[in-house]
Amino acid sequence: MNMHSSVNSTTAFDTSSQSDQDVLISLDHVSLSFGGVKAISDISFNIKKGEIRAIIGPNGAGKTSMLNVINGFYHPQEGTITWRGKVRRKMKPYEAASNGIARTFQNVALFKGMSTLDNIMTGRGLKMKTNFFWQCLRVGPALKEEIANREKVEEIIEFLEIQHIRRTPVGRLPYGLQKRVELARALAMEPELLLLDEPMAGMNIEEKTDMSRFILDVNDQYGTTIALIEHDMGVVMDLSDRVVVLDYGRKIADGAPKEVQSSQAVIDAYLGVSH
Amino acid sequence: MFYRETGQFKTNYADDQAIFPIAQDRWGIYIILGLAFLAAPLIMDDYWGNAILIPFLIYSLIALGLNILVGYCGQISLGTAAFMAVGSYASFKLMTSFPGLDFTIVVILSGLMTALVGMMFGLPSLRIKGFYLAVATLAAQFFLIWLFNKVEWFYNYSATGQISAPERTAFMFPVTGPSASVLYKYYFCLCIVVITALATKNVVRGRIGRSWMAIRDMDIAAELIGVRPVYAKLSAFAFSSFLIGMGGALYFGVWLGAAEPTEAFGIDQSFQILFMVIIGGLGSILGAFLGAGFLWLLPIVLKNFMVDMLGLSTAFSEHMQVIIVGALIIIFLIVEPHGLARLWQILKEKMRLWPFPH
Repeated sequence: MNMHSSVNSTTAFDTSSQSDQDVLISLDHVSLSFGGVKAISDISFNIKKGEIRAIIGPNGAGKTSMLNVINGFYHPQEGTITWRGKVRRKMKPYEAASNGIARTFQNVALFKGMSTLDNIMTGRGLKMKTNFFWQCLRVGPALKEEIANREKVEEIIEFLEIQHIRRTPVGRLPYGLQKRVELARALAMEPELLLLDEPMAGMNIEEKTDMSRFILDVNDQYGTTIALIEHDMGVVMDLSDRVVVLDYGRKIADGAPKEVQSSQAVIDAYLGVSH
Repeated sequence: MFYRETGQFKTNYADDQAIFPIAQDRWGIYIILGLAFLAAPLIMDDYWGNAILIPFLIYSLIALGLNILVGYCGQISLGTAAFMAVGSYASFKLMTSFPGLDFTIVVILSGLMTALVGMMFGLPSLRIKGFYLAVATLAAQFFLIWLFNKVEWFYNYSATGQISAPERTAFMFPVTGPSASVLYKYYFCLCIVVITALATKNVVRGRIGRSWMAIRDMDIAAELIGVRPVYAKLSAFAFSSFLIGMGGALYFGVWLGAAEPTEAFGIDQSFQILFMVIIGGLGSILGAFLGAGFLWLLPIVLKNFMVDMLGLSTAFSEHMQVIIVGALIIIFLIVEPHGLARLWQILKEKMRLWPFPH
């Protein structure tokens, strides 16, 4: 199968026909290149409110670049991004953050020198408003704000069952727990859209089960929309409502897990084709 | 056995987030403060004040300022002495232009002025990191010292090019000038250091401090959770320079009384303070004090020991002193790269379990 037919096959699973009301973010004909290298070419897909959307594809397919485009770390050369019904141009990462887009990283990107509690509290930064002088004194509104946010953070700590490592510097934690703290930090932002970049990479079965449960619970209890990249197909197929498949920066399939699984283009991309 | 939090229950988050949540620590700091405020006057004379306690306090304040920038925000600066010079010259100009102004206000205004200058020289940090930033801050060091030597307005056209502090009062007590008493000077420095240390601790354990540490530990992740690097870095530069500028005003006004830019604010001064911060412990308030104590007091102890007790010649003991302090720095950095503050923390963790560590 050549490139052209793989692009054509996307039409079979095109999901652009649903109402715009429940679409949280939609990307239209987005292209991103670094110099001569095309990381993403002409990709369109959307994420609906409250769903779990998986982005899968072989290594180097442009999945992480896709997340970086969504949270404003990369600016695509072509195409538009519509966030909550509004077309947005260039958006800086902190603007995306204050717009309710949170994110975890493929390789854990915690603040190594800080405790679990401080890491999660940092995620509350956007919710805290008192100025420098109150912070110096740490009385009145500053203290009240600190305590109110601490209460929120404690809720998240309880939710993710990490009470016992509250005071531990995150550098000392095992990998699985670090991933969980990172999720907690993202949740502390009370995001509308949560981007998870390989939340289960390098975990054992038990940790994967826990993480899957947390992801479903977050989606269920907080109503957070989730976009996740994951290589474990079992997990992807079980968790996600819809899946988009990328290969070499192009979209080759989009739809419900079952549909995607049976797509010839996807099977070819993963298993390879004889020429 | 004596140091543990058993039985000390916290029932609200305010208590849980206290600076010293453990009662023994709290008592320790009360004792230290009590000694500093009540017992020190009993031994206070010219030697203890001018050679030991006042410079220790001033260096602690400056090290605290640099620690904000290097330890908490992860931005290396080699321009500390130049920022001290800004504080000194600002205080000199304020003292001579407004003779009636209380010295407390002079110190604060000098700090604010230094904060502005610091922010200006902090602008490169938005683009460059690490060693490259260190080199950029070196520009501040050389440019500002050159400026204070070159532009006569800064030293009021005096023939020697020196600045000297006129007599000024703080809350009616004379604290600068030749006739100010050592005790007043000491109390003035002590009050400023205690208040700024408390304010600094409050800032670093709040939202702003966490945003600095986030930038230090992982700047990309920090940006993606909503920390604006521009604000975080420049506020760190500003607050750090504010403390260094206040320290500079005290350094010149209260301690030295007279200064000349090339000697008092040379690059070796910048390094001295950077070493204090590194040895004391990056990212620790206590570390600033321990580092200043180590690098300021240890040479004095060594000198007293070698000259007075062993009867060695002054010149010989001075060389030995440099060698010993240098060797100790290396040993410390190998044994505990995170500084004296971390050693103290490890000791406390051990003490909690003692005598049954398993």
